[in-house]
Amino acid sequence: MTATVDEHAAPEEHVVTPPPTGWRHYLLGPGWIRAIWMTALFFGLGLGLVVGLRALAGWDPIFFWEAIITVAALVAAPLGFLAGLGAFDYWVAWALGQPTKPEDHSGHGARNWTDYFRINTDHKVIGIQYVTTTIFFFLAGGMLAMLVRAELARPEANFVDAQTYNELFSVHASLMIFLFVIPAFAGLANFVLPLMIGAPDMAFPKLNALSYWLLPIAGIMMLSSFFFPGFGAGWTNYAPLSVDQPYGNVFFSMAVQWAGASSIMTALNFLVTIITMRAPGMTFWRMPLLVWANFTTSLLVVIATPFIAGSQFFVMFDRVLHTNFFEVGEGGYPLGYQHIFWFYSHPAVYIMILPGFGIASEVISTMSRKPIFGYRLMALSLVAILILGFSVWAHHMFVAGMATWLRIPMMITTLLIAVPTGIKVFSWLATTWEGKINFSTPMLWALGFVSQFVIGGLSGIMLGAVPIDIHVSDTYFIVAHIHYVLLGGSLFLIFAGIYYWFPKMTGRMFNEKLGKTHFWLTFLAFNATFFPMHIIGVQGMPRRVYTYDPQFGNWNLFISISSFVLGVSFLIFVYNMVVSWARGERAPANPWRGKTLEWQVSSPPPLFNFDEIPQVVGSPYEYGVPGARHAVFNGDREAAREEEEVRA
Amino acid sequence: MRAGSLIRVLFVALLLAAIATAIAIFVPWLPDNASVEGGRIDFVFWFVTAICIAIFSVVASVSVYSLVKFRAKPDDDSDGPPVHGHTGLEIAWTAIPLLLVLSMIVVSSVALAKNDRDPSDSMRVEVLGQQFAWLVAYPPAGAAEDADGFICFNRDTGAQVDRRCKGSTTLFLPLDRHVRLHLTSRDVIHSFWVPEFRQKQDAVPGLETEITVTPTRTGNFPFICTELCGAGHSLMRSRAIVMPQSQFDAWLRRGVRR
Repeated sequence: MTATVDEHAAPEEHVVTPPPTGWRHYLLGPGWIRAIWMTALFFGLGLGLVVGLRALAGWDPIFFWEAIITVAALVAAPLGFLAGLGAFDYWVAWALGQPTKPEDHSGHGARNWTDYFRINTDHKVIGIQYVTTTIFFFLAGGMLAMLVRAELARPEANFVDAQTYNELFSVHASLMIFLFVIPAFAGLANFVLPLMIGAPDMAFPKLNALSYWLLPIAGIMMLSSFFFPGFGAGWTNYAPLSVDQPYGNVFFSMAVQWAGASSIMTALNFLVTIITMRAPGMTFWRMPLLVWANFTTSLLVVIATPFIAGSQFFVMFDRVLHTNFFEVGEGGYPLGYQHIFWFYSHPAVYIMILPGFGIASEVISTMSRKPIFGYRLMALSLVAILILGFSVWAHHMFVAGMATWLRIPMMITTLLIAVPTGIKVFSWLATTWEGKINFSTPMLWALGFVSQFVIGGLSGIMLGAVPIDIHVSDTYFIVAHIHYVLLGGSLFLIFAGIYYWFPKMTGRMFNEKLGKTHFWLTFLAFNATFFPMHIIGVQGMPRRVYTYDPQFGNWNLFISISSFVLGVSFLIFVYNMVVSWARGERAPANPWRGKTLEWQVSSPPPLFNFDEIPQVVGSPYEYGVPGARHAVFNGDREAAREEEEVRA
Repeated sequence: MRAGSLIRVLFVALLLAAIATAIAIFVPWLPDNASVEGGRIDFVFWFVTAICIAIFSVVASVSVYSLVKFRAKPDDDSDGPPVHGHTGLEIAWTAIPLLLVLSMIVVSSVALAKNDRDPSDSMRVEVLGQQFAWLVAYPPAGAAEDADGFICFNRDTGAQVDRRCKGSTTLFLPLDRHVRLHLTSRDVIHSFWVPEFRQKQDAVPGLETEITVTPTRTGNFPFICTELCGAGHSLMRSRAIVMPQSQFDAWLRRGVRR
């Protein structure tokens, strides 16, 4: 560990190799020009492969566009793009036995904005790439939600047809889940996690760069499914409906593979980084809760994500290769899809909230000026959620027609998960108790999260009770619940995290007044939008319909109007971020007076994070303890040793 | 926590509980129940809702009080007291929720077990989902099930097998009679739901799923599909009509091949 830091110990001056000039450099060097022609080349190779094989086998038609698009556009072209950009350069050279380019750190750090548009191995650059990309897809997904609400404002069919409507909400959910919530948390952690554990970077920087660049591919694939209509089976993509959908469904099946691969790589990177790269003295029980949260999340990702990959491959094989996993007439089993799908997608809801729990713990402790209440129980409850999270998947299937007895054990584990979740909520509240609460923007989002998550958690308990679930399953009650936990929960925490670390990431302060306006507008519009959905759901409005019984018309009009206000509220955020990043006040190293390591370095941090290796000597949350320190730096080794001895 | 703050928190909690209870009572939540099974589901609904209101009031009152009371003054840069935890409190907020969820599990399981029963005197009705309509069939007395457990429909093709079955696209049911619905689908997954009965069950191709409904009042209720089944999903809406037994019998006799 120490050795790694010393080897990399920031070269004072960057060795800048003068870039080779001439057309060969532009055409053959890694970058966007090579990415463009290699994308085209790989598309051609894929097309040639399909057409050639079909011609050899004598199949008709030879130009079978379904197969060509699957192979050439959804598999080969993205690989060509990544190769052209330079994601594989090092490994390809190594595999071919050519001399690999020695690490000169030219691909590390960002000197100007163009460095964000290439393969970059700096976890801080990658973190910012992640966050900005996911916000782009968040806005795109939000636009789709606006269209959904516009259609639903009145009971009758208005301006989109039924299949388009199904595609709107399917792509909305897929973008929000796979291209926003999951990677946005991964991006924030990518930036702060190495800093928090005192590491110079992630364990595998090249892998880190690759996992980022898989994301835009997945996102563009999901968005372009509109041009090949057919992804209208919901983000759950239940078979056999998904197998019977028009061709565009494959875009979802493949996009999930790319996004899933990205998740798995990042999770492995986090695990190895956390296990092997903690600064001296940083024991597991001294790790900030954000690190604990990402540790448990990464375990969830690594274990669960292959299951959704499997479920989507099965659907795709049923379509493309005419296998019969789910087609009943041929001996398939439709419920098998749901079991495999939810074995990932239930843990996925924890993947979408546990990293946020970590953010909430950091923000609430710092802004309350108090140690986090019950630190060990907070960490252990994350582990409890991790384990229980794997035993509840079939609560999504209480009315699906599985064995009736299976509902009881699934109900028991589902309701038991409320206990560790409750522990976390109570502990956050106890942390604020008698604190010196600073209502800054990040704190507003964190507290807003706690309040909304309590409501979402309680509706979750109602759903966990099988008899209630039987009534409200597949109604707007579910829509309300999922948005209370994912929008009021995850999204609020993503905002808490972005505002909290914005000064660290950009070196500038955001506009506090705009941040607070953003919070209150979002908070109020969010509740006006989603609370009434509980009511119409219980009353009998099913979800995923574009036209509905007129008795729900008034509530839906109110919901639609509120949702447009909700949509507008995010423009304040975008404006604030863009203007503050360009012209904001310079940020001090530690604007929130935090104790964790990322606040002990400059804003933005030095290229290799720490000019000297921190020596961790205590808990990260020692607010109010006179003289307590989380870490000391090299110069103070003597003091660190003494402090450790006193503690022993 | 001092006695003074405890009383104030308690006051806020009671206030919030009153507001939440008012929302629970005065907003028309559940549609008027129309089945015996629905009555049990309603009981669980209100039982769990009452517990949720209690939890909500406690959590919300503590947060409201804490946020109002412990706001830092603008020039106050000091830290709060270094409280790291409280074992008794942590045990309490692990144990009490545990007991509450256990009570919900017991109540839910009992209601579920009762609702799942297939009484021996139940009337059999077969329901077939297809894109995008419901087909209901009433098998004649004494007819034998086929190998798949169906009388009227072939489970795999959805074709009507026994010509003596009375078919309908509307679900007609007799009052106060246990009805056992046997569901399947001929294409993709659909879901049977009559909000007034509370009971819901997916109709899955290749499977036979069952559900019991015992109507308790006559009326004309929406009968809809709640599982996304394709472009026509929104329009897969029909009616469930409950009528007195004599009237139902008369309807059943009309136009049936004997």
